[in-house]
Amino acid sequence: MNTQVSEAPARESSTDGAGPTIRLATTPRPDAADGPPKDLEYIVELQDVSCYYGSVRAVRNVDIKVAKNAITALIGPSGCGKSTLLRTINRMNDLVPSYHAEGQILLDGQDLFAKAVDPVAVRRRVGMVFQKPNPFPKSVYDNIAFGPRINGYKGNMNELVETSLRRAALWDDVKDKMKQSGMALSGGQQQRLCIARTIAVNPEVILMDEPCSALDPRSTLQIEELMAELKRDYTIVIVTHNMQQAARASDATVFMTMGDDRAGYVVENGRTIDIFTNPKNQLTEDYVSGRFG
Amino acid sequence: MALGSPAATTSAGRFEPALMRRKLVGTLFYGACLAAIGILLLTLILLLVQVLTRGLPWLDVQFLTGVPSRRPVDTGILPALVGSLEIALIVGLLSFPVGVAAAIYLTEYARDSRVNRLLQTNISNLAGVPSIIYGILGLAVFVRLLGFGTTVISAALTLTLLILPVIIIASIEAFKAVPNAQREGAYALGATRWQMVRQSVFPAAAPGVMTGIILAMARAIGEAAPLLLIGAAGFVTFLPNPVSGNYSVLPVIAYNWAKRPQDDFQGISGATIIVILLMMLVLNGLALIVRARLSRHIQW
Amino acid sequence: MSAQPMSLTRRRPMSEQVIERLLFLAAAVGVVTTAGIILVLAFQTLEFFAEVNPISFFTGTVWSASIAPYTFGVLPLVSGTLLVATTAMVIGVPLGLLSAILLAEYASPRVRTVVKPILETIAGIPTIVLGFFAINFLAPQILQPILGKQNIGIFSALSGGIVVGVLVTPLIASISEDAMRAVPRGLREGAYAMGATKFEVVRKIVFPAAISGIMASIILAMSRAIGETMAVVLAVGTQPQLTFDPTESIQTMTAFIVQISAGDTPQGSIQFKSLFAVAATLFSMTFALNLISGWVVRKFRTAY
Repeated sequence: MNTQVSEAPARESSTDGAGPTIRLATTPRPDAADGPPKDLEYIVELQDVSCYYGSVRAVRNVDIKVAKNAITALIGPSGCGKSTLLRTINRMNDLVPSYHAEGQILLDGQDLFAKAVDPVAVRRRVGMVFQKPNPFPKSVYDNIAFGPRINGYKGNMNELVETSLRRAALWDDVKDKMKQSGMALSGGQQQRLCIARTIAVNPEVILMDEPCSALDPRSTLQIEELMAELKRDYTIVIVTHNMQQAARASDATVFMTMGDDRAGYVVENGRTIDIFTNPKNQLTEDYVSGRFG
Repeated sequence: MALGSPAATTSAGRFEPALMRRKLVGTLFYGACLAAIGILLLTLILLLVQVLTRGLPWLDVQFLTGVPSRRPVDTGILPALVGSLEIALIVGLLSFPVGVAAAIYLTEYARDSRVNRLLQTNISNLAGVPSIIYGILGLAVFVRLLGFGTTVISAALTLTLLILPVIIIASIEAFKAVPNAQREGAYALGATRWQMVRQSVFPAAAPGVMTGIILAMARAIGEAAPLLLIGAAGFVTFLPNPVSGNYSVLPVIAYNWAKRPQDDFQGISGATIIVILLMMLVLNGLALIVRARLSRHIQW
Repeated sequence: MSAQPMSLTRRRPMSEQVIERLLFLAAAVGVVTTAGIILVLAFQTLEFFAEVNPISFFTGTVWSASIAPYTFGVLPLVSGTLLVATTAMVIGVPLGLLSAILLAEYASPRVRTVVKPILETIAGIPTIVLGFFAINFLAPQILQPILGKQNIGIFSALSGGIVVGVLVTPLIASISEDAMRAVPRGLREGAYAMGATKFEVVRKIVFPAAISGIMASIILAMSRAIGETMAVVLAVGTQPQLTFDPTESIQTMTAFIVQISAGDTPQGSIQFKSLFAVAATLFSMTFALNLISGWVVRKFRTAY
């Protein structure tokens, strides 16, 4: 185990051109233990991304890479722009009137900020699960079928609904309640319903904005187990306040904090185990050891 | 839990998002929304243009200071103008204390009992009763039962009942908007409930309350239907005495003239409507000023 | 000599209790008004029914109150009223809902400052002005050129219905806008996150979630249209007839009440008494609609 940990960053630094101020994406393939190290595959690359509300800069100069089929956790004190950054990746924040972002976000090499790119198309490929479970006031079935329907799904809808619910580990709970309102489910079930409807449109990346903050510990654990299953097929980026959750559930961790200009920036990022056991930056160490934030 | 690859999801079907078409539908819909507003704006403009082109040629000093005559050229609206003003004034004076008191009771005193819920729902239901029904009530109670006859006072009482629900609802909103800290601050100084309301909540709610009352007076000036039942006549050639004798109001004479097919009568009807609209404009402006004045010192 | 300590058990002063009583009386004025309306209508209507069989009143298809033989079948007035109200809904529902959607979902602050005053101005216009507009402009310069003078006169249910439709638009718009604004942002974001377009979010998420408020606004507008008087009385004419053709001249319940009260009908006459029976019918219809609208809000409200 130890050898692998020390091995990865060394190999890493040779593959990307690290910037001078910010240590760059050192997100190794998480389950390196599964076999011999392969070339890392990144699905999302943020290059010099800054986010603004009006003239106020909320996030500055973020350069990170998100590894495919891994769980990347965004941690940091509240107000440091984690959610803003996350909501920039699927261009959700375009809906906020005063908001704009600069830089580049590459999804499979394609710039999401390019003029010709439609945010609506981006959001189908980059799904999102929210802090507060937000099932639509529709039946369980229609909650899942909503996305596929609007996105012109051609195929057996019943099958797709069932598969999606099974993958979200919710099928057994709701198979007899398909016509019931999604809002009648328990909090944890609602959140899994939201995950199920997200994967029903088959996105490449799933963004999760503190998905467990409104849930009890048992439901939280269920969601974490689910994430571990889902990462085989999807790439997950999760914002969390819960340090244990980041340590427990993620493969890579990005630590952000707020600068003197009140803009959030990335202090350090790398393998979760490195960030938590061997942080290179004092700020990171203070934060993960609970001395700050 | 066994999971397939992402391909497994799509093997059964595929996505054809057809984004261009969906965006087009959305754009068309947005266009429809704008068109709806366009139609409303156009209607409003046509309406004003129509009233102005018909009425302006007739609007002169003689029209404002004269009395009705059989011939449109000689006619004037002074009795109706005075009648409308008298009624609006009495309505304002009557509905202010009652409306505010009712709102104070419902927001500051009433506990959540069945009686009080009944009072609340009753007021919102009253706001939906057609105005002409109030005319019937006024005819039966004020004109006949209480013997006030077809006078300004009967008309004013009827319109007071008509606009009270509106005033109460507006005042309730104003009282509810006062932060609780205002109340607690007064209580902490040992105020009784009434002292708290009078010294603390009412001054804070006053701008909203006054605005509501002025706007309700504007509505009373434009109201004609109930007054047709309270005997507002088209042809009154003297200035009305509030408590006895016939009276007339602007919207009723506008209606009476609009019923006549001749262009001249449509003209003087239009001129009367201009006067009504001007009065409402003045009251609306007044409401804005009062609101700005009274709320100058209130900030939270 | 020591100062008397202030009692903590002092009774509420008398004045406080009197004030509370007075305030309660003011709040009770509404109940008195409602009771007054119901009593007046009930008594006078019963007097009318002593002379006219209620069954023939409610089922009769001929209304002739001013020309002998006097016949009091209310259906022509009811159908006339419904014809106007339905036409008004055809106009007012799309205009009101589209305005509401524009305000709640699309409008930038700049657009709002244009749209809101338009709606508020329409809501504030005395309804007599709309009646004036109908006979001076809408009928002669729009409807007659389009439909042909031989097909539609100056007075028609269509002309009255259109102006009433404009009149109820602000009512539908403001209640529906409130209902749509009450839909939590999280639901919209959830839909956007699945790759929905703005229109899809509005149509498939916001609109269904706000449906109880929207339905209530439409029912209230219907009630308002049924009770509208001055805009209608000028526009629709004075011919009570049982018809479903909106180009015909008809008479509504409210227009009949105006006709009797503004004329020189003697107060004790059967014609004058019929006014109360018609008013009672009108009141029952609008009151029922208002109750239904409140019930719809409670019954179909989406709890978030």
